[in-house]
Amino acid sequence: MKTLDKLHQHGAGGVKAPSGATSPLSVSGLSVAYQKKPVLRDVTFEVNEGELIGVIGPNGAGKSTMMKAALGLIPSISGEVLVYGKPCSEQRRLIGYVPQRESVDWDFPTNALDVVLMGTYGRLGWIRRPGAKEKAEAMECLRKVGMADYADRQISQLSGGQQQRVFLARALVQNAKLYFMDEPFAGVDAATEKAIITLLQELKKNGKTVIVVHHDLATVQQYFDSVLLLNVELKGFGPTSRVFTQDMLQHTYGGRLAFLDHTIAAGATEAHGGVSL
Amino acid sequence: MNNFFAMLGDPNMRWIFLGCMLLGLSSGVIGSFSYLRKQSLVGDTLAHAALPGICIAFMLTGVKSIGVFLVGAAAAGFLATFGISFITRHTKLKQDAALGIVLSSFFGLGIVLLTFIQHGDYGNQAGLDKFLFGQAAAMVGGDVITMSVISAVLVGICSLLFKQFKLISFDPGFAKGLGYRVGLLEQLLMLLVVVAVVIGIQAVGVVLIAALLITPAVSARYWTNTLGIMVTLSGMIGALSGGLGAWISSSVSNLPTGPVTVLAATLFFAASVLLGPERGLLAKWLLRQKVKRSYHAEREVRIAEAMKGESVS
Repeated sequence: MKTLDKLHQHGAGGVKAPSGATSPLSVSGLSVAYQKKPVLRDVTFEVNEGELIGVIGPNGAGKSTMMKAALGLIPSISGEVLVYGKPCSEQRRLIGYVPQRESVDWDFPTNALDVVLMGTYGRLGWIRRPGAKEKAEAMECLRKVGMADYADRQISQLSGGQQQRVFLARALVQNAKLYFMDEPFAGVDAATEKAIITLLQELKKNGKTVIVVHHDLATVQQYFDSVLLLNVELKGFGPTSRVFTQDMLQHTYGGRLAFLDHTIAAGATEAHGGVSL
Repeated sequence: MNNFFAMLGDPNMRWIFLGCMLLGLSSGVIGSFSYLRKQSLVGDTLAHAALPGICIAFMLTGVKSIGVFLVGAAAAGFLATFGISFITRHTKLKQDAALGIVLSSFFGLGIVLLTFIQHGDYGNQAGLDKFLFGQAAAMVGGDVITMSVISAVLVGICSLLFKQFKLISFDPGFAKGLGYRVGLLEQLLMLLVVVAVVIGIQAVGVVLIAALLITPAVSARYWTNTLGIMVTLSGMIGALSGGLGAWISSSVSNLPTGPVTVLAATLFFAASVLLGPERGLLAKWLLRQKVKRSYHAEREVRIAEAMKGESVS
């Protein structure tokens, strides 16, 4: 437990941004309750700029809830969220968001380009419609996710992975500094997984901070700089090499993960040897 | 056809015809968003809930005017939506059950009040009973002018805020993330549904007005994969249904306009289900036949080649 606390403090205190004013995301004491029981209790952490951060935890641990509450999409019962030192509501332009793919009905009368254009609405104001400039930007983002050929395609005719990439392109066109992605790797094909990870690397290279809800333990070490372990409470936060350990995962998941040893070993080889699944 | 031109010759009938088309247009436009937000039945509930609101507004003021009715219907609609969300939040009931309870209780109250008005001494009550199934012929020029103004405002709001309405219909979570006041926009859409219901109440009636919110939108979806076109088409189908309803009901004595209008809209729906490209039954059948034919053709070629190969060896 001692090491856990130390790690926790290390993450929460932050090495590079002790003031909190410059951190892309600083969350303190965030709690959310849907019915009687809190689904998220007193979560405090502060992320470093330019990192890829994986949010890990068992089903029902409140990973999506934490993300939505941090974004102000659902009400929290306590806590403060600062984005670059200011409340989230004042920093909308700096935030990009990729919701879960299943959260929308894809049989909506629109095409891929049009969905990506929705990412430009934030800077268009109330009345103005997206014009030639926005369309060019949206096409560029579709190209980045390898979907340029599908711009005119009705969205229900896209595969799950392609739909996910359209959502990513929509977040890209927001041109934000801090990105929230809710399970972007869920149920996608290998090509899409590769496209997403290339994109994440590029975002990181450009100094963006990306927070990703993730469930595949085997790829955590390979993908993320920092890991946030969550199970209703914050179970650990810090650099992947220090937090993504057998002990910490056991602590997060309870005794339910017998295969952890194997997973971490495999993940480590993968990260070092570059063997893809 | 003679009948049609004779009708247009009568200035009063011309007003009525125009009014019915306008209300079809408005409900077609706003109904598209309700349908895509899977809120079609909320429109039905709001329509039925409008009846007691209108009755109370009439009892309080003694005036039969669209403006007064709009206030009454909006208040009742607000109460009804509040009731629905109260029931779904505080009981274990799902939304469909909550809608059913609210719809029937408000409508029951409306009928009681309506009977009360007809037997009480409200001098100007003639025609209020027509609000059940609609009687377009009861409309006068002034009503149509009010309806035109309200329809223009409704269509204007929908085109100005098209971007917002589209986004909250497709992905309200993302809209919130952009900083949109999604709750407020949803309330506005709800209010516009109430507006469409009220301007349709004289011509189509509270019982069937929901059909004009749902049927044109569902029909339009069969013809296009673009929201803008769908909304426009839905408005046109609504306007045509309204026009047809007014024409037919005015040429048969005592035929209420509402049912005829709804039957006209249903005709458009049937045609769309059958003939719509891609989604239509005929298009699907043709596609299946085509796939079947090309598969068999390919198979025959394969078999022929295999046999050729065998005979050579």
